[in-house]
Amino acid sequence: MTLTEQRPAPSGQPSTMTAGRLGTPRHIAVAVGAVVLGALTWLPSGSINWAHWVVVTLVAYCAGIYVVSRIVEGRRQGVDRLMFAVVTSCFAVVMLPLVSLVWTVVERGSARFDATFFTETMRGVVGEGGGAYHAIVGTLIVTGLATLMSVPFGLFTAIYLAEYGHGTRLAKAIQSMVDVMTGIPSIVAGLFAYALFELIFGPGTRSGVAGAVALTVLMTPVVVRSAEEMLRLVPDELREAAYALGVPKWKTIVKVVLPTAIAGIITGVVLAIARVIGETAPLLVTVGLTQGVNWNPFDGRMTTLPVFTYYQYVQPGLPPEAGQDRAWTAALTLMLIVAVLFSVARILSTALKPKGLK
Amino acid sequence: MTITDNPPGAPPASPTGQTSKLGDRVFGGLSLGAGILILVTLAAVALFLITEAWPALGADTSEFDGDDTFIQYVGPLLFGTIWAAFLALLIALPMAVAVALFISHYAPKRLAVTFGYFIDLLAAIPSVVFGIWGIAVLAPILSRSVFPWLEDNLGFLPFFAGPASTSGRTMMTAAVVLAVMILPIITAISREVFLQTPRLHEEASLALGATKWEMIRQAVIPYGRSGVISGAMLGLGRALGETMAVAIILSPADLYTFNIISNQNPNTIASNIALKFPESSGLEVNRLIATGLVLFAITFLVNALARRVAGAGFSGAAG
Repeated sequence: MTLTEQRPAPSGQPSTMTAGRLGTPRHIAVAVGAVVLGALTWLPSGSINWAHWVVVTLVAYCAGIYVVSRIVEGRRQGVDRLMFAVVTSCFAVVMLPLVSLVWTVVERGSARFDATFFTETMRGVVGEGGGAYHAIVGTLIVTGLATLMSVPFGLFTAIYLAEYGHGTRLAKAIQSMVDVMTGIPSIVAGLFAYALFELIFGPGTRSGVAGAVALTVLMTPVVVRSAEEMLRLVPDELREAAYALGVPKWKTIVKVVLPTAIAGIITGVVLAIARVIGETAPLLVTVGLTQGVNWNPFDGRMTTLPVFTYYQYVQPGLPPEAGQDRAWTAALTLMLIVAVLFSVARILSTALKPKGLK
Repeated sequence: MTITDNPPGAPPASPTGQTSKLGDRVFGGLSLGAGILILVTLAAVALFLITEAWPALGADTSEFDGDDTFIQYVGPLLFGTIWAAFLALLIALPMAVAVALFISHYAPKRLAVTFGYFIDLLAAIPSVVFGIWGIAVLAPILSRSVFPWLEDNLGFLPFFAGPASTSGRTMMTAAVVLAVMILPIITAISREVFLQTPRLHEEASLALGATKWEMIRQAVIPYGRSGVISGAMLGLGRALGETMAVAIILSPADLYTFNIISNQNPNTIASNIALKFPESSGLEVNRLIATGLVLFAITFLVNALARRVAGAGFSGAAG
């Protein structure tokens, strides 16, 4: 509000501090009006259309609050209120796909969320029944192998960057290459692993370990970044105290630095696992698909949950509902695994925090 | 200079002497080796892709279906990749900046962390799940209520020329799903730089009588601009390489078109690989790998550009 609009109040009149402000009643009136207008878009048809309702309500509210505020409070306040409404609406609109997705996956995935799904495979199954036991086994083996490879690889790189090569030209080169690796599209990582194994074992080869190599390429940079950050948070005083006692550098790292940073490092690793466990494209080209359980990652195709989800949805067979139900349940399982990993990361990061350190 | 800055060759003197020196050498060597292995891996990715792509580049065109040269083959795919990623960015960028502003400056402080967590959740959802959600939920909604309206009212624009798809397998559906997928990345980075706006800039603006929005326009957005741009580039890089959601949603055709609501769409490189790779053999595989190499090169450039923008520092504060 500019000064020119506000003349000094003549004595005897009530304070002008609240004059020209949009009061709560008018605010509520605009909001209720917007909700009603939104409801009118689906009421005639008789069935609730949530997306319509929310979107129309938000647009109507933004327009309404701008017009009312502009009339009552002036242009600048009007724009201010409009932007508040727009920014909040954007957040609400972005929440729509999240809510819709989680709701759809839970609702349609629960149909086949039964014991059969987790104990049986697709071998010999046509139509109804069948399960994803083989896919769960495959996912655990491939992701486990990738974790086994990328954790030592990533951790040692992080130790080099944070403890040894600090500031050297090589360290800078490695750091920027880690950034480049973070941006590799997952399908390209898959093609790399395929090309590598084709050169060694001949064309058309598919195996779990090739998938694990592809996932390692995707997972390592994430591990490096988070571990390096955690190592840098360890105060130098701890290292100096150890050196002062005559402890060699490697022992300082193993006994002092790593235990201090372990909570953050493990959290980073778990989050990296959560990131790669849902990868589909690289496994599609390296691991392929099979109908039964394959425990040997070095020989032949395996099925993984994301690839299983994909094929069950796009090639559901007859009747299509059976396959699609399996796809939704696999998607639900996948999301539950990711949710569990996230919770584990959260619990570990608080439980493992060294005592006495903030 | 602290002791920790000692070069690896000169560890602090130790009373245990020989064994610890050996330990230091082994441990230092291991970590140096891991670091170098990163460089080797990246070089190997480029090298193996080139080795495998080479036969397809030099091969006779009659060996492939359709007699396409490699340029003819990769052209529509490249166009589709860039077009889809561009549309996704067009949708995601304003939304992401708004959401970042909401979390950093508008939401109540106590709820802001939780809201940020919700957005991060979006980033954790596997892309194949986004894909089946896109085709099962989003595509019917768009094809029922949005595409016909666009065709009727904006059909004079080449983008909405139609005929409107009834299955929803269109470029626009794919772009919306991609937008939802890259939004968390752009939001996370924008939020981070918005929160770093110097408190004094904000207070100075407010003290001069600016409304909250004017303060954000004068202090927060100029400060965060380069951060937002680099976030957008990273999001673009992700959208270029995104595979499964596009593979599930699009109905691909071999053509160039800007029409985003019809059933005839150019495919993207990544999605084309995912669709064709499992059934390919021989030179077809090499050609798919060659397209993958093109994708790698583009994402490499986009990401390098993003880092350069970010590396220039959040210098918006000065200008």
